[in-house]
Amino acid sequence: MLSVSKEYIRTLAKKGLRSDKRKMDEYRQPVSVEYGVSSKSAEGSAKVTIGDTVVVAGVKTEVGTPYPDRPNEGTIMVNVELLPMSSPEFESGPPSIEAIELARVVDRGIRESHAIDFKKLCLKEGELVWTLMIDIYPLNASGNLFDACALAALAALKDAKFPKLEDDVINYKERTDNPIPLEFLPVSCTVHKIGGKFFVDPTSDEEKATDARLTTAFTDKAEICAMQKGGDEPLTEKEISEIIDLAEKKTQELRKKL
Amino acid sequence: MGKILVKEKQVVVPGEVLAEGMDFLPANYAFREGEKVVSMRLGMAQVNGRLIKIMPLTGKYIPQKEDLVIGKVVDMNYSNWRVDIGYAQEGMLNVRDGTTEFVERGAELSEYYDIGDYLAVKVSNVTKSKMIDLTMKGPGLRKLVGGRIVKITPAKVPRLVGKKGSMISMIKDKTNCQILVGQNGCVWVSGKNPDDEFRATQAILLVENMAHVPGLTDKINAFLEKEAKGDEK
Amino acid sequence: MSYKREDRKESELRPMKAKVGVVKNAVGSAMFQIGKTIAMAAVYGPRELHPRFMQKPDTGILRCHYNMMAFSGSGDRVRPGPSRRSKEIGLVTTKALEPALDLREFPKTVVDVFIELLQTDAGTRCAGICAASMALADAGLNMKDLVCAVSGGVVGDTPVADLDYNEEAYEGGSVDIPVAVMPRTGKVTLLQLDGTVSKEKFKEALKLAKEGCNQIYDVQKKALKGKYKEE
Repeated sequence: MLSVSKEYIRTLAKKGLRSDKRKMDEYRQPVSVEYGVSSKSAEGSAKVTIGDTVVVAGVKTEVGTPYPDRPNEGTIMVNVELLPMSSPEFESGPPSIEAIELARVVDRGIRESHAIDFKKLCLKEGELVWTLMIDIYPLNASGNLFDACALAALAALKDAKFPKLEDDVINYKERTDNPIPLEFLPVSCTVHKIGGKFFVDPTSDEEKATDARLTTAFTDKAEICAMQKGGDEPLTEKEISEIIDLAEKKTQELRKKL
Repeated sequence: MGKILVKEKQVVVPGEVLAEGMDFLPANYAFREGEKVVSMRLGMAQVNGRLIKIMPLTGKYIPQKEDLVIGKVVDMNYSNWRVDIGYAQEGMLNVRDGTTEFVERGAELSEYYDIGDYLAVKVSNVTKSKMIDLTMKGPGLRKLVGGRIVKITPAKVPRLVGKKGSMISMIKDKTNCQILVGQNGCVWVSGKNPDDEFRATQAILLVENMAHVPGLTDKINAFLEKEAKGDEK
Repeated sequence: MSYKREDRKESELRPMKAKVGVVKNAVGSAMFQIGKTIAMAAVYGPRELHPRFMQKPDTGILRCHYNMMAFSGSGDRVRPGPSRRSKEIGLVTTKALEPALDLREFPKTVVDVFIELLQTDAGTRCAGICAASMALADAGLNMKDLVCAVSGGVVGDTPVADLDYNEEAYEGGSVDIPVAVMPRTGKVTLLQLDGTVSKEKFKEALKLAKEGCNQIYDVQKKALKGKYKEE
């Protein structure tokens, strides 16, 4: 296990170098997606690996009454649990603000981008709609949970098939061949800034040394469909523009893994 | 006459029976249960005549007096620094053992060693309840500036050092790096450039992963030569 | 009612898979799968135990945490968070592993084992114990023996080893008996029972469970040693 100080990372970053010899725009290897890891119990599931970071996600479906203000729409719910198993820094207990931010950013990328047409989740207007519940768990947290969790959620949605409905009640034991209606996959990439330079896919040490980060999600037509800035330092407009260009390039690579 | 049930260097699990018979003497991480000699750890069996030992393959560092260790300062008060040396409890570096300089009463300790600093220190005492005293007084002991830290399983440290230091000397020579190996598995690597440091780090991690493989010194040598050529391109 | 298994013998366990070192950040870790039940365990520690009053002056203590992932249940989504059931399972898991563990080298500390279920099809607490036992060995802790666990049971009238979900829910009556054993001595460290059963059938079921544990021991040994096979 490698432990590199913030100062050292910053010194290297200013020269465009990283402690593990990666380029600033290089993801760790392997980047892989495995589908159906919990296929017996979850309607959809997937495991995503980015370097040492491993995240698993699952989709469970439910039927119920819609929200009164959206009588013909189903909905999604995204939950992230930072398991104490995945890092010595995570403790048991209610979701921390880090877990909540992760969940809401992943949610935003799917919900607000209209990647799922919620009207297609409606069974009977005003009476019965589908709810998709996505639960995301890091198994080994070694940096870049933003990208890994988002990718895992998408892969689980892609893997999912609706269960059989019998008289408006779900029979979890039988699954149909019907996938979740995804208009497109909103793939996201988080770009970090240290020492004035931008890079992607930070290790845990690099994440601790970060000045600022910007997560951007794109549709398959290269339109921006979600954003979230984090970190202590501000970003200039020029920097934001550079980051968006870098992120777009990277999401094209990530998209190929799905 | 008893019988030995395992081969030399065979990997065994906790609870595995190594030998039967009262002739055999368990040592290290082997214990006796009636007629049987049993392993207490996941490790390699070592048979030396009648002596049966286990060389562990994993496990947390257990501090012993005189050990040279590398630790990180995690806290301090007005008279000592608390240092994380990878044991379940932090080690204590008292101000009078921390430096040969004269430290005035009420002086700001962080001016000497601050939180996050890595120190090369020696274990001066381990009490019955496993409280650990550290000292900076000794040759080569100092605050480590620059470079990077690699953490390996303490059980693999002897393999990294090698017979009479052969393995670690070779890595130092081939990468032009200063390398300090702590008994607690914490290794400090400092080179003239990040590429050299990276190669040294990779070699160290390779030794850790392949500690049980024979002919390791040659393999690591070959690895370093290959990587060096790659860097020159 | 007479019950007969279709896909395997009454004494036979479901197919098993095990792997060690699956969580890099943890000191020790393992995955154990039996049938469709998948459990992962990760060990952290020995580390300082807080609050102080829980510390033991002459030894470390073991603390096991059991959790089901929300999508691991065979029906509805499982609400995240600790339940009374998961806390009880954490307790009996700790009690099942303690007799095998020797933490005297680490006074005042705690060893935390986190067990996660990725998919469940009966036998979850036993699978968790099997994974945890390998993870503790992988972590380099002193152990007198590994711990193996599997459920024994009586389905209808028939004693079996390793009940699956359908057998647990069998209409003609089912008795579920989770058992954990230290294989070298055969000593039992976990024993629970759900259902009603005669003394004779109970003894038969217990015997089948203990024999089943020997099969598990082979799988665990192979996984632990497999990490160190020469390349």
